[in-house]
Amino acid sequence: MLSRVADTIYWLSRYIERAENNARMLDVNLQLTLDATILNHRYTQQHWESIIYSLEDTKLFQELYPGITGEAVVEFVCFERKNPNSIYSCLCAARENARSVRELISSEMFEQLNRMYLDFRSGEAQRLFRSSSYQFFKWALQGCHLFQGIADATMAHDEGWDFLQMGKFLERADRTSRILDIKYHILLPKEEEIGGTIDTVQWFAVLNSCSGAEPYRRLFQGQIAPWKVAEFLIKDASFPRSIRFCVASLDHSLHQITGIDRGDFLYKVEAERLSGKLLADLSYVTMDDVFRIGLHQYLDGIQLRLGEISKAIYKEFCEWLDT
Amino acid sequence: MGNLFHGYDPSRFFDEMFASPSEVRAHYQRLFERYNDLTLGEFDRKRLVADNSFLTQGITFTVYNDTEGTERIFPFDLVPRIIPLKEWLHIESGLTQRISALNLFLRDIYHDQRILKDGVIPAEIIHSAIHFRPEFMGVNVPKDIYIHICGTDLVRDHDGNYLVLEDNGRCPSGVSYLLENRQTMKRVFPNLFSRYSVQPVDRYCEELLNLLRFIAPGGNPEPTVVLLTPGIYNSAYFEHSFLARSMGIEIVVGADMVVQGGYLMMKTTKGLKRVDVVYRRIDDDFLDPQVFRKDSLLGVPGLVEVYRRGNVSLANSIGTGVADDKVTYHFVPKMIRYYLDQDPILSNVPTYLSMFDDDRKYILEHLPELVVKSANESGGYGMLIGPHATSEEIAKFRDLIAKNPRNYIGQPVVQLSRSPSYISGRFEGRHIDLRPYILFGEKTTIIPGGLTRVALRKDSLVVNSSQGGGSKDTWVLSE
Repeated sequence: MLSRVADTIYWLSRYIERAENNARMLDVNLQLTLDATILNHRYTQQHWESIIYSLEDTKLFQELYPGITGEAVVEFVCFERKNPNSIYSCLCAARENARSVRELISSEMFEQLNRMYLDFRSGEAQRLFRSSSYQFFKWALQGCHLFQGIADATMAHDEGWDFLQMGKFLERADRTSRILDIKYHILLPKEEEIGGTIDTVQWFAVLNSCSGAEPYRRLFQGQIAPWKVAEFLIKDASFPRSIRFCVASLDHSLHQITGIDRGDFLYKVEAERLSGKLLADLSYVTMDDVFRIGLHQYLDGIQLRLGEISKAIYKEFCEWLDT
Repeated sequence: MGNLFHGYDPSRFFDEMFASPSEVRAHYQRLFERYNDLTLGEFDRKRLVADNSFLTQGITFTVYNDTEGTERIFPFDLVPRIIPLKEWLHIESGLTQRISALNLFLRDIYHDQRILKDGVIPAEIIHSAIHFRPEFMGVNVPKDIYIHICGTDLVRDHDGNYLVLEDNGRCPSGVSYLLENRQTMKRVFPNLFSRYSVQPVDRYCEELLNLLRFIAPGGNPEPTVVLLTPGIYNSAYFEHSFLARSMGIEIVVGADMVVQGGYLMMKTTKGLKRVDVVYRRIDDDFLDPQVFRKDSLLGVPGLVEVYRRGNVSLANSIGTGVADDKVTYHFVPKMIRYYLDQDPILSNVPTYLSMFDDDRKYILEHLPELVVKSANESGGYGMLIGPHATSEEIAKFRDLIAKNPRNYIGQPVVQLSRSPSYISGRFEGRHIDLRPYILFGEKTTIIPGGLTRVALRKDSLVVNSSQGGGSKDTWVLSE
């Protein structure tokens, strides 16, 4: 497989996953802020700020908008073409990548992506948002899910597929860590206690952003406890959006591509050493360890290590594109 | 009962469908019955289905000089062009003859130049042709084939005779539209196909791949074949991607490849892999910055040397542009007589060369009646259509011809045949041409029909997509 194609398909996958997670995060938070009986104005303000912080796009946001309001954040994260990480920009980038690897992905995958792109381009998506944000996010999520389903059902599960999977899971691990991190940036109103109503609502929103509420409840029978939510999203072995699950899947695809056995432990491939090490840490870390380090610092560390893995993947398979 | 044909006027032109306002040609009769049944609403729905299918599949071309990178669909007209079998057999034999002569000509030009020495073609024409590549004199190309893939444009005059307007022997494009047009027509008018026996077109990509494998260096039975594209911003990128997908080969850009140890290699996730055959969709000028344009980033440094040594095959070969120069075109009937000792089956449009004094005098005296073309431009650019031109445009061409007589030809205006086309609410006659695609390998294969292009602007004779042209499905009947 051509190195350029591998790189293109890896990023195609990351962009789609990024678009999907942006939609998830905004959907849940938008609904949360509508709950006016619990949340006052000052609080909603903080809420939107925390989203921008967690995306690490604060500087760009401040250049483009006079202040942090719900409308501005939604515009910035959903539709802003100057924001390379907005849903619209991610879809444009994903489609452009798809266009250059059409010989590798199935026609159905391209058409699904193209339909979503055309709906943004024609203003249809924006109209849908104005008439119902709920419908818009549902449409965006479904569109991304449809893409993943079509990919699974129509694309050969060969090397290209493994690059697609690596992109998806690496991006998803990163996004889950950021969604979890939002909770760090949200300050509780002064009069509120940890474990109080608002705290619980916030943790529930975090879970919901990852479609994790239902599996979580099955596992813990209803109790929304902060450390349990964090543990679930970091360490759960079977929930497909937990960081550990994502890194395990990434590690699997990596070994599929190199053909090296996971039990080899010689680590001739640096990317495999890094992903194996992160997977081991995620498997053996306790929540006590996490809170001793500090949740935010811990998640920050994970994001950094995911970045290193991504660089190592490029180095291993695509480095000579630069020569 | 619809009336989309109501008031249809074939006028003074040769109309593909109507022999007179009241007489439908026999091979269009069943189509006429079906289309005459349609209401405007039904027809509009079918148009919408067709357009949406092109759009969602991304069958678009990029509009240059547009900062938004706008992609448009190539307008598709739902009235097909039908060619009876007998007419097609005539076209097919004429094109086979022509491509054979063109390849013999190129082999000769890059070796002994007998045709120049024998005085059949003035040597100065070849030596002044901008696409002549003297660097390639004496180089042997695989199987002596220069033009593997050719798109020859045909028009019909007011008597319905098929004439050759030009040969495209470098990187002819458009075949993907032909194939997609057929798919779309089948979706939109499934029942119509059961009323006609239409020759299929879908073997094109298989035949193209056979051809590319046939020319592999050293007769390698399992060659690695790639398609070289300038990239996704090229206006024909959809086609490049479509062809690569249909053949199951890699589509590459220059940066994906490197020359190492005398071979062309591509950069893969598992290391460097040898490439045997390149179906290149970039012009000679951009192929190799070491030989041609130094500023080209689209090609591969050293590629030409690998080709010279016979370690990689290219389709089409380098330097074929000398054969589709519009001045050389004038001499193709002579080539056919010279190399094949046959009379040309398909005629050229009569052509005056402004490099010859008598011809130039004639051209300059008759500018308002003639079509004047620059020798090496395409896409409907660099062209004067006398009867439609302003006096400023005519003056401009008078000047251009005087400055560079080698570069211009004059032809009488051919009143291209017309076909009913859908124009806001009804059918009107519009001028069309035909570009068949010819594959010249172990055998000559011509996909039945070709791409019919239609000038959708009223009275326009320019069918290029950049100038408001669209296309139609083309049916060759099998009986």
